[in-house]
Amino acid sequence: MDLVSFLIQLLNGVQYGLLLFLVASGLTLTFGIMGIINLAHGSFYMMGAYMAFTLTSLTGSLALALLLGVFLSIALGVALEWALFRHLYHRDHLEQVLLTYGLILIFEELRSIIVGNDVHGVPIPGLLDHSIPLTDTLSYPVYRLLMSAVCLLIAGAMYVLIQRSRLGMMIRAGASNREMVQSLGINIGLVYRLVFALGVALAAFAGMLAAPVTSVFPNMGSQVLIICFVVVVIGGIGSVWGAFVAALLIGLADTFGKVLFPDLAGITIYLLMAAILLWRPEGLTRRAGP
Amino acid sequence: MTRLALTLAYLLGATALAATPALAQNRLKVGLMLPYTGTYARLGDAITNGFKLAVDENGGQLGGARVEYFTVDDESNPAKGPENASLLVKRDKVDVLVGTVHSGVALAMYKVARDTGALLVIPNAGADELTGPLCAPNVFRTSFSAWQPSYATGKVVADRGHRKVVTLTWKYSFGEQSVRGFKEAFENAGGEVLKEMYLPFPHVEFQSYLTEIAALKPDAVYVFFAGGGAVKFVKDYAAAGLKDRIPLYGLGFLTEGTLDAQGDAAQGLLTALHYADGLDIPKDRAFRAAYRKAYGEEPDVYAVQGYDAAQLLHAGLQAVGGDVSRRDALVKAMENASIESPRGTFTLSKAHNPIQDFYLRQVVGNQNKVIGVAAAKLADPARGCRM
Amino acid sequence: MRSTRPVRAFLVAAVTLLALVPLVTSEFYHELLTKIMIMAIFAMSLDLLVGFTGLVSFGHAAFFGVAAYALILVAPQYQAASLWWTLPAAMLSAALAALVIGLFVLRTRGIYFIMVTLAFAQMVYFVFHDTPLGGGSDGVYLYFRPTVTFAGLEIIRLDDTSHFYYLVLVLMVTVYALLRTLLRSPFGHALMGIKANVHRMRALGFPVFRYQLASFTLAGALAGLAGYLSACQYGFVNPEIVSWHESGNVLLMVILGGQGTLHGAAAGAFAFVLLQHLLATVTEHWQLPLGAAIVLLVLFLPGGLASIPQRFRRLLGTESEPADVEPR
Repeated sequence: MDLVSFLIQLLNGVQYGLLLFLVASGLTLTFGIMGIINLAHGSFYMMGAYMAFTLTSLTGSLALALLLGVFLSIALGVALEWALFRHLYHRDHLEQVLLTYGLILIFEELRSIIVGNDVHGVPIPGLLDHSIPLTDTLSYPVYRLLMSAVCLLIAGAMYVLIQRSRLGMMIRAGASNREMVQSLGINIGLVYRLVFALGVALAAFAGMLAAPVTSVFPNMGSQVLIICFVVVVIGGIGSVWGAFVAALLIGLADTFGKVLFPDLAGITIYLLMAAILLWRPEGLTRRAGP
Repeated sequence: MTRLALTLAYLLGATALAATPALAQNRLKVGLMLPYTGTYARLGDAITNGFKLAVDENGGQLGGARVEYFTVDDESNPAKGPENASLLVKRDKVDVLVGTVHSGVALAMYKVARDTGALLVIPNAGADELTGPLCAPNVFRTSFSAWQPSYATGKVVADRGHRKVVTLTWKYSFGEQSVRGFKEAFENAGGEVLKEMYLPFPHVEFQSYLTEIAALKPDAVYVFFAGGGAVKFVKDYAAAGLKDRIPLYGLGFLTEGTLDAQGDAAQGLLTALHYADGLDIPKDRAFRAAYRKAYGEEPDVYAVQGYDAAQLLHAGLQAVGGDVSRRDALVKAMENASIESPRGTFTLSKAHNPIQDFYLRQVVGNQNKVIGVAAAKLADPARGCRM
Repeated sequence: MRSTRPVRAFLVAAVTLLALVPLVTSEFYHELLTKIMIMAIFAMSLDLLVGFTGLVSFGHAAFFGVAAYALILVAPQYQAASLWWTLPAAMLSAALAALVIGLFVLRTRGIYFIMVTLAFAQMVYFVFHDTPLGGGSDGVYLYFRPTVTFAGLEIIRLDDTSHFYYLVLVLMVTVYALLRTLLRSPFGHALMGIKANVHRMRALGFPVFRYQLASFTLAGALAGLAGYLSACQYGFVNPEIVSWHESGNVLLMVILGGQGTLHGAAAGAFAFVLLQHLLATVTEHWQLPLGAAIVLLVLFLPGGLASIPQRFRRLLGTESEPADVEPR
């Protein structure tokens, strides 16, 4: 591999990792703060992608679709938290696994009934639909670069939200001691609802953002879910910063694994996970706070 | 307790059903085992539509036997394959199994057909071994073997003067078989495969492979992808700026049923398959008109394969007066049938796989227009078949 | 931990009924019931982890799959192998896989454990899926079912569906009895102690990790038994049997029936497979009612099916609130 190829592969890995981070961050938040294991998280990603498809064909604009989609997914998150998830906070993980497994079945089947099983493409907005030549043969799509920029922006915003804002303080406090926070007069139920909705919105937003480059297809959620689990495990549960590092690691391991060890391509990230678990069973950042 | 009662009622009901004397005389129980949900649902529907169209054109009969349908959704899940197939054969007592799309599931059906002796007609799954080492008197295929379109594409790529090629596909059986078929034709013609690249199925993150292709600078790229992967690959290939610099070739599935989603990125692509748009065949025109009338949409290659599965059974049953119990004569007649298909007339090889033309097609608008014949009367070599 | 008298009567009745079934139903229903009983063994093996050791494994299908593949890989391709050595070999492979994976996953707890077991099962899935070891994504066949000979005589013909049916029935009852006995032993009490309170057990000086590993390995071996039987039944193995959906389904069976009772897990297997079967004959969108049923089950019937008699009695006022601290 020459230097140019190496750098481009590096870019590929980082770009894939950033997208993974977007999905995994919502997952790690609901794990860490509410103690909920949510298998249906991948479905939110899938729903986001399908929303991007449906809303773009309705409104004719991806930007508008993104905006509408974020509102819709927040509404969905609030509704789901109210109807189902708030009943799970005090239940054991087993029941959480079960209920969210049932949700996957429901969401996939509803998707099949409402939108069908076809594969759809989402057009890249005309303004962004070109590529920058990097070498004499290879160009890089502008949209992908923009995607990475947006992911970075959101990661930054999350950092500020959690570390610097009042809401973030409540979130962090609620994660460590729910009763204490409640007795201080903070409506922890509301905080949880907001965090859950935020998680749903992040996954759906990732799905919408990725839809133009990944296309939209059934079962796209479960593929992402498992990889996000690995990200959360490596990063350490509840740690957004850990998820960020882990997502980049996975992105790079996956990309370079495919190039350097093509025969092991499917297993590379799991081997990485096993190695990290041997070294640090609780993940890279052992609950150093979100 | 209610659960137990339910179980009991269920089992007893089933016993009663099983005890009903079978009215085998001039009836054909067809077990359609196809994907009706999941990624391949659309293909399962098209095959079913095609099959039923042929039956309806015969007044609800095939070769004088009244057709009765039994349907199972195989979900393209091989883990449930043996159970679903045995449900049709052992519970519903079907005479013939028709299915399926997914090769792994088809292999499970094959296993049941082998154990029970049921007739099996495969309207899509392309695993080479089904009409290769596993070939059997009661197993027929009306679609293709993985080797066939791959070999045809290999010929095309070599004929068009490309010498150095990179291949890319999913790392699973069909993908590997399609590369083998391609290499055989391409290397025989003096070409060289620079690198065989595989990505885990069903991953669709192609960026790192595209980067490698750009670095290797081959004369052409050969791929097999289908469905969602095909849409994404074609778009990514164009977005990486490779489409205008390194020609892309693939099996017809790359652009089959995906053109709307692929848009501009697919325009001009060359692929090979046993069916195409704009074939100058009277049977095809009639078939398309009838299909449009019946289902309100354009038929595709899958509908054709389903249609021909029924036609093949029709040919066999005609020879035995609709009596499916005359198995040997039925199989003989099916073996020797000449099927007037919308894709052009085809006959079967000794291993029961179609000997057929493979067309070279080019994407124009949202059609795969035929621009020539990639390989005429191409027969699968049926390696390992002892029949 | 003792099963109550009505439960015991119910179990005896159920097994008797199962023993009579082949006399009345068609071949297809033997096969369906055989499959369900295999699933019941599988579910009971998971119940040992979930219900008695407090380890919620979301990757149990891995061991089922390892043994199924092991049978096909160790058996010669063109002749039948003997069950006497292929079964131990397959179960040993599953146990070994469980031992190695257990060394990794048992270092984690809670949500972590769930995810890590899932991830390791996924790794096993990719090993079978992406390497030529077991026929890749298309799977591999077992052309000849194993033979069971004793003193030169073939005592059980696995090709005969009713022979196979009774073999599986006997094995299911054996596994049940074995686990019951085990759980009544000091080892079993230690496991339940770990489930109830890990810290206390550790403070008491129990080598918790070793107990958990032993339990995990045993559960893996028994899942392997189920996998072996499943491969025998259909003569076809495919990576999908290791997929996370299968791990999810078996977990579902355990919860549906009620964890920590063994017979609940078996009942869950019956209920789940039959429900799936019934729904699939009614509608092609069967996942929707199934999913809804699961959600409702979690919300309104946390103890699973096995808790129904108890709830019923409580409703009638014949039993006071159960003390939930003691493992059921």
